Amino acid sequence: MTKSFFYSISFHVGLIFLTALTLPFMTRQAIDLPPIVSVELIQISDKTNIPYAPKARKVIEKVKEEEKRVVSEQAPPSAKAKEKPDRIPLPNENKEKKEIIKKKQNPEEIKPQIRQSSEFEKKEIIDTNQIAALIDKAKKQEAVTEKKSSKITQSNVKNSFATGLSLSQEDALRAQIFGCWSIPLGLPYDEDLLVRIKLKLKKDGTILKSEILDHERMNKPGQKFYKILAESALRAVRLCQPLKVPPTGYEKWKDLQLNFNPTEMLKG
Amino acid sequence: MKKIIIFFIYSLFSFEFANALISVDITRGNLDPLPIAVSPLHVDPKSVNYKDIKVKQLGEKISKIVETNFKNTGLFNPLKKDAFVQKPDIAHLKPRFEDWRLIKAQALVTGKLLVKDEKLKVEFRLWDTTASKEMIALAFTTTPSNWRRVAHIISDKIYERLTGEEGYFDTRVIYVSEEGPKDRRIKKLAIMDQDGANTKYLTLGNELVLTPRFNPANQLVTYLSYFRNLPRVYLLDIETGMQEVVGNFPGMTFAPRFSPDGKKIIMSFAKDGNSDIYTMDLESRIVERITEHSSIDTSPSFSPDGKFICFNSDRSGLQQIYVMKSDGTNVKRITFGKGLYGTPVWSPRGDLIAFTKVHKGRFYIGVMRTDGTGERLLTENFYQEAPSWSPNGRVLIFYRETKSGEGGKGFTAKLWSIDITGYNERRIPTETDASDPSWSSLLSK
Repeated sequence: MTKSFFYSISFHVGLIFLTALTLPFMTRQAIDLPPIVSVELIQISDKTNIPYAPKARKVIEKVKEEEKRVVSEQAPPSAKAKEKPDRIPLPNENKEKKEIIKKKQNPEEIKPQIRQSSEFEKKEIIDTNQIAALIDKAKKQEAVTEKKSSKITQSNVKNSFATGLSLSQEDALRAQIFGCWSIPLGLPYDEDLLVRIKLKLKKDGTILKSEILDHERMNKPGQKFYKILAESALRAVRLCQPLKVPPTGYEKWKDLQLNFNPTEMLKG
Repeated sequence: MKKIIIFFIYSLFSFEFANALISVDITRGNLDPLPIAVSPLHVDPKSVNYKDIKVKQLGEKISKIVETNFKNTGLFNPLKKDAFVQKPDIAHLKPRFEDWRLIKAQALVTGKLLVKDEKLKVEFRLWDTTASKEMIALAFTTTPSNWRRVAHIISDKIYERLTGEEGYFDTRVIYVSEEGPKDRRIKKLAIMDQDGANTKYLTLGNELVLTPRFNPANQLVTYLSYFRNLPRVYLLDIETGMQEVVGNFPGMTFAPRFSPDGKKIIMSFAKDGNSDIYTMDLESRIVERITEHSSIDTSPSFSPDGKFICFNSDRSGLQQIYVMKSDGTNVKRITFGKGLYGTPVWSPRGDLIAFTKVHKGRFYIGVMRTDGTGERLLTENFYQEAPSWSPNGRVLIFYRETKSGEGGKGFTAKLWSIDITGYNERRIPTETDASDPSWSSLLSK
């Protein structure tokens, strides 16, 4: 009886030990799948290889120099004027020139056309940030009281083990990316819209490497929208960098996975 | 022993979490139109003028059309050209992405053109400014007089690349042009590009014409004409100008529409106060009766796979929308809301039916799923009806009339379009008053 009990115990212990050793490695392998192709390698359609590089190089360098000069002078003369300096300008052309000069004197005019959001939308954006800040505050307070009582709650477990970021740090990062992500509007409502992006970050929050985890889905027939969605998510991440990451614990967050999913928002 | 087991289980979990990748869910973003910069096309210095087309302005003109197309979608925000730092010729060779990012452009369109030997060659590139890479590049060669179409095709390709949906810019709209006082309206068939350019009149206005509809497969049009005061369905070939009566019905035929493959016409035939739905095969000329009911069945429209037909009928006492199999069996009522429902049109995507609803004297254009659920009213007005789908099933075009005073004063009829989300309602410019629009499929398909 005792013998068989001993065998059983030793067998189970051995099994648990083996599982403890192998399981984490298996999960790690899944994340570091080797054949994942970077987005930079997406093929462009057949007719894209219009040769320009060898010939263009000289022209670009030349023009770059010219443009540098022009920028330093802060008054770029129009190409027409350069070509025929002796020509008597027509009255219409004069008008055009004046307009150009006016516009260049006011570089700030660019601002309003960058983003045409209504007052309502602006308010909404501000509100969400404020709400996020309030939540952060509340969570911080929670954290303090919880420390005092030295009890481990579910959220604490999630922070310390699952994410490696505190809730407020996670929310700050989330809020930052919300602002950068332009959701494409032609997406189907009833499809799986989850895009997972894996990032390798530098200490300052800039992106060292980014890859789409389900990249093979992009080239599947009927999944054209997925490519568009994945590209929009990548654009958001690039636009947002440097990401708002905590000043400490680089080892914890240097590899980061972002799960983009607009389903909730599209369904309203 | 128990302690040892607990220790192993704990070590298993802690080991797992220590190696876990930090994962953050992003479930919100902004729905603002995508900022896009459309640089004027660089005109090759070797280009020569062609007839009355001045090549120097052509690059600017094409980019302007592309820009307007994008703006009209409501999905893009074309940035003003004053903000552009790089010149078109250099931008087309290799954009300085930091300059374009500075003005918040997320996508950039560049291109160049050459007019030589009576040919127009246009190439364009679409760039992702944040990733600093090319997304698509294409070249087209055509006759210089086709330059507007080239602009629309470029718009289609970019739209498709950025949204994942087919574009709808290289399309035409056929409609009924209306002129004169309300009680003596002259109605002509007219056709134009989807942006309102290139209007051409197909009939002289001697007879009343109504409900023109495009064949989705080619350039045929079917419509209702009161030729010799007998309302009948006609077929017109836009290319040749040839027209003919559809079928030899001993009465009035109306509300025609093509089947998705363009081989059949489905329409209503009225006799002795009763109207039913019929189809006619254009090749064999075989006529088939689809509905047989004492009520008025009209406005039939095929589903894109040709398996179902939606139509409106007053068989329940009030005008409502019904769906049946294309052989006329399995008739199901799908609308049960308050008010009257009419002019159902099946979306080219197959997922929605657009309709006109009349409730308490107001007219609504709306969409619902093909089983009648998920009804969404997109726009409300004094009088509006006859929605027609864009070929990608994203936009509806319809017409709207204004209230008229004494003697028909102040009466107008105009074309409008609206996105299926209910946003981006806008008027489509027409030379005259207009009604009964029908959107063609993509010309360059």
